[in-house]
Amino acid sequence: MSEDHNHEAVIPGTHHVVPHHFASAFAEFDASKFGMWLFLVTEILLFGGLFCAYSIFRGLYPETFHEAHLELNKTLGALNTVVLLFSSLTMALAVNFAQRNDRKKSALMLVITLLCALTFLCVKYVEYSHKFHEGLLTAGFYKFEGIKAQNPGLFFSLYFMMTGLHGIHVLIGMTIITWVLIRTRKGDFNSKYFTPVELTGLYWHLVDLIWIFLFPLLYLIG
Amino acid sequence: MSNSSPATSEVTSPDYLHGQKGLWSWLSTLDHKRIGIMYLFTTLGFFLVGGFFAILIRLEHLTPGKTIMEANLYNTVFTLHGAIMVFMFIIPNVPASFGNFLLPIMIGAKDVAFPRLNLISYYVLWAGAALAICSIVIGGVDTGWTFYTPYSIRTGSAVTLMALGVFVMGFSSIFTGLNFIATVHKMRAPGMTFHKMPLFVWSTYATAIIQVVATPVIGITVALLVMERVFHIGFFDPKLGGDPVLFQHFFWFYSHPAVYIMIVPGFGIISELITAFSKKTIFGYKPVAYSSLAIAFASFIVWGHHMFVSGQSYLASMLFSVATIIIGVPTAIKIINWTVTMYKGHVSWDTPMLYAMSFIFMFSIGGLTGLFLIALSVDVHLHDTYFVVAHFHYVMMGGTVMAMLGGLHYWWPKMFGRMYPEKLARVGAFLVFMGFNTTFLPQFVLGYLGMPRRYYNYEPRYQPLHQLSTLGSWILASGLLLTFGYLLVSLWRGKKAPANPWGARGLEWTIPSPPPVENFTKEPIIFDAYPYGEEYDHKYPNLFPASGGAHV
Amino acid sequence: MLLWTALTFPLPQASTMAAKTDTLYNFIYWFSVLSLIPTVAAMLWFAWKYRAGKNTNPIPVIEGHPVFEWTVSLVLSVFFVAIFIWGLIGFNEIHDTPRDAYEISVIGQQWMWTFQYANGLTTTNTLYVPKGRPIKLIMTSKDVIHDFFVPNFRLKQDVVPGMYTSLWFEAPQAGDNQIFCAQYCGTAHSNMIGDVVVMEPGDFDKWLNGIDPAKMKPLELGKHLFTQRNCVACHSVSAGTAITGTVSTTSGTVGPSLKGLFGKEVTLADGTTVNADENYIRNSIVNPASQIVKGFNPIMPTYKGLLTEEELNYLVAYIKSLKE
Repeated sequence: MSEDHNHEAVIPGTHHVVPHHFASAFAEFDASKFGMWLFLVTEILLFGGLFCAYSIFRGLYPETFHEAHLELNKTLGALNTVVLLFSSLTMALAVNFAQRNDRKKSALMLVITLLCALTFLCVKYVEYSHKFHEGLLTAGFYKFEGIKAQNPGLFFSLYFMMTGLHGIHVLIGMTIITWVLIRTRKGDFNSKYFTPVELTGLYWHLVDLIWIFLFPLLYLIG
Repeated sequence: MSNSSPATSEVTSPDYLHGQKGLWSWLSTLDHKRIGIMYLFTTLGFFLVGGFFAILIRLEHLTPGKTIMEANLYNTVFTLHGAIMVFMFIIPNVPASFGNFLLPIMIGAKDVAFPRLNLISYYVLWAGAALAICSIVIGGVDTGWTFYTPYSIRTGSAVTLMALGVFVMGFSSIFTGLNFIATVHKMRAPGMTFHKMPLFVWSTYATAIIQVVATPVIGITVALLVMERVFHIGFFDPKLGGDPVLFQHFFWFYSHPAVYIMIVPGFGIISELITAFSKKTIFGYKPVAYSSLAIAFASFIVWGHHMFVSGQSYLASMLFSVATIIIGVPTAIKIINWTVTMYKGHVSWDTPMLYAMSFIFMFSIGGLTGLFLIALSVDVHLHDTYFVVAHFHYVMMGGTVMAMLGGLHYWWPKMFGRMYPEKLARVGAFLVFMGFNTTFLPQFVLGYLGMPRRYYNYEPRYQPLHQLSTLGSWILASGLLLTFGYLLVSLWRGKKAPANPWGARGLEWTIPSPPPVENFTKEPIIFDAYPYGEEYDHKYPNLFPASGGAHV
Repeated sequence: MLLWTALTFPLPQASTMAAKTDTLYNFIYWFSVLSLIPTVAAMLWFAWKYRAGKNTNPIPVIEGHPVFEWTVSLVLSVFFVAIFIWGLIGFNEIHDTPRDAYEISVIGQQWMWTFQYANGLTTTNTLYVPKGRPIKLIMTSKDVIHDFFVPNFRLKQDVVPGMYTSLWFEAPQAGDNQIFCAQYCGTAHSNMIGDVVVMEPGDFDKWLNGIDPAKMKPLELGKHLFTQRNCVACHSVSAGTAITGTVSTTSGTVGPSLKGLFGKEVTLADGTTVNADENYIRNSIVNPASQIVKGFNPIMPTYKGLLTEEELNYLVAYIKSLKE
């Protein structure tokens, strides 16, 4: 680390000042990654509650879940899964390129990741519109006539809660990725300092992982 | 300006209180000490508001039927008393005030791992509090702080706003916990191994684990409650096919570990107080340290002991009862170890020690009365009566608040560079002790005799005990007001405090009072925890500044 | 010590379970006292004997004593496990309903209890049971969670909407035992009070079979219903316009007097006046919230669905007969 006359430790090639309470740039990177993993634990517990509710209601109303899940569009769901998986790849590549000092390619990967996320949300919009149109809504607003089993609204309440919370996380992720993209293009990162990109990558992988569980549970299991 | 520590020849660093001046320097600070002080005043302010509601409750109970308010207002007042005390005072107070101020110093660090996240957590608390205040202003909530469904779905009171407030405040707790875990793992000074850390750090660390793991669950719970009220998702509404008891499982999955967020930091404070005021090393360092972790982990498997009569299965009740027994043993070990620590020490009766001894007495009562509630058949009788109210006030107030007051007096000179008036403080402690026991001991009897909780009206035969309890609340309130009064005044008129007024042995006592901004002006020397006693006198001869004498 | 006085305050042991629960309660109480006193005494003794001014001995470093710690842990564990097992045994008995128990349905609602007997008889807030016989209550709620709690029995059970919960008891002696609602349920939670009236078996049979509609006039049936359904808890039929007290509660729930009501002009809370004819009386029973009398609170629960048309007629007939 170079030190300027204010005894601040600036990482060469960037504007990043290592905060004074860290012993070194590595200490900062190490602590930041650790902190991010801790945050991901909280996200897992947040969604965990919904997965719990899913298991309980599925156990209570198995026929309802079977009938109701047929109203979901498997094709669109599968498409979204592929899109999100691919975006995880591009996000990982973005981190990798940042590590290797390749600003242009890193930015490109981030853009593709963003486009994938946008596609995901558009597909979700199409799905939600269809549900609204058909009256496949939360339990209190449910109107669809085509399901004979009891309390079908509960399945769709779960569907909207789980995909909705996930969708909010996709939006938040897009915001963060956009911010990282702007900083990448400004040249804030290089092989010695790419922590924000790495942390964003971790977050995005979690968002993808949650979808990997949501998709089969909601769309596939009969 | 602060006194210079004898260990340094010249002090060029300003202390953290006076280093940068102006309101904005406080509001934008990244210094863990300033953030801790802001949390301290904020949470104590909320404590006073919650306490005001408590006085109203006790006033209403002077007579059966209407005394000063109607039933609906009473139901709102007891709900707000609980919600404010739980979410806005007791959960953030010790970790975010004392934890923030002391944790980095105690491990020889310059700050927490993520100072900006620390400041954000403070503002997030205010954001959630703002939502809660909005809820109160438009009429408040009348569900009880537990928000049980379906009543909380149906009632017209401002549940949605309050639930959103709780959701946001939860993030403050998560960020604080996350920060502390990272700090303990990554920021310890060279030589500061886990087994040299003070027990307050161990307990803060154990609490942080609970904060990180449990709080998201209350987050999703209140979010689902809001969704239930706004979008009728039906999870907890029997009219839509849902299960109201499921809400209770979700709620208590957080709220039981939450009570350990409340008490475990208090345990940490007591370890500090007992050792400092017995001038003796802790008896059983490892059992006390690991018992905090054991309690933290075990806290996650006992939530159903709040639900023995809820309609949950017999098997579930049995499992939760046996699991809860497990927590009793590490807790008892702590009490015993603290008491044995005093053996053959040099015990002083300064106010912090008075509070520590009150804690041992009152927390033991609280813990032992937990045994009544864990015995399944006895709980069937005592559940939802005043016995439970008395039990949790003994552990939360007789426990955590006593520990907090003890810690407040102990570290007051360190935080503000001022001594509090010892004679007045003893009067305050006495009033608090007498007032608290007079308020809550009768409530055990009330509960056994069948007086249910959350009751606006009551049968006349319960009146004498209620009146005794109300009298106690006035004594308690006077003690607390006196205490906060002289503490505030001491900020301007208290005697200047030396670096080590108590002659205590910990890293925080090797630096000036108040500390410099960066905590340590040179690399701190790391020593064993609680190095009291002849052997340590020889091992670290010049390490600790001579006691300035607390009462010079 | 107040906990001790709790044991000398007589809380009647009015069920077969009560004494057993009390015994375990007492055991835990004495265990607690015998644990607390030595601990606090030791603390105070150390604080006094080794006080800083007096004790000038060098301070030893005592880091621990594993044998001591393990022994203490073991001894405590034994007691804790014993308490758990004892509590479980009691809990087993609480949940082990005898097969020949006499079943009564319970419906909890904001803010009253309705009890339905097998022969169709229904009472409000007062549960009549024969002594010396196991009684099984099958309970549900119409709205929010309540809890059926009888302190004298040492028993309670949450009453949950959307599901049935049950509670059994046997009361060996005749007498009155208060019922409290023990799960917060809204405005009048603390007034949702009832009574378990334990009767001699002969008296109970007479009561259960005593009412034969074919043999009684509507007016008499109405009078009987008025008591049985506990209207008398809130509405006087002898006093003037206000009530000073009720059967089992003190101030709190108060309703307008019904003496001389029929045919009067009544002023409602919204300022309008209405004539107290048959329709007004009937509406006040099935939809009380729609016509609150000025000066009173909207806390009367609705009896819609709880009274048949015949029963409504009997009540109207009775209330009409209450002349000034």
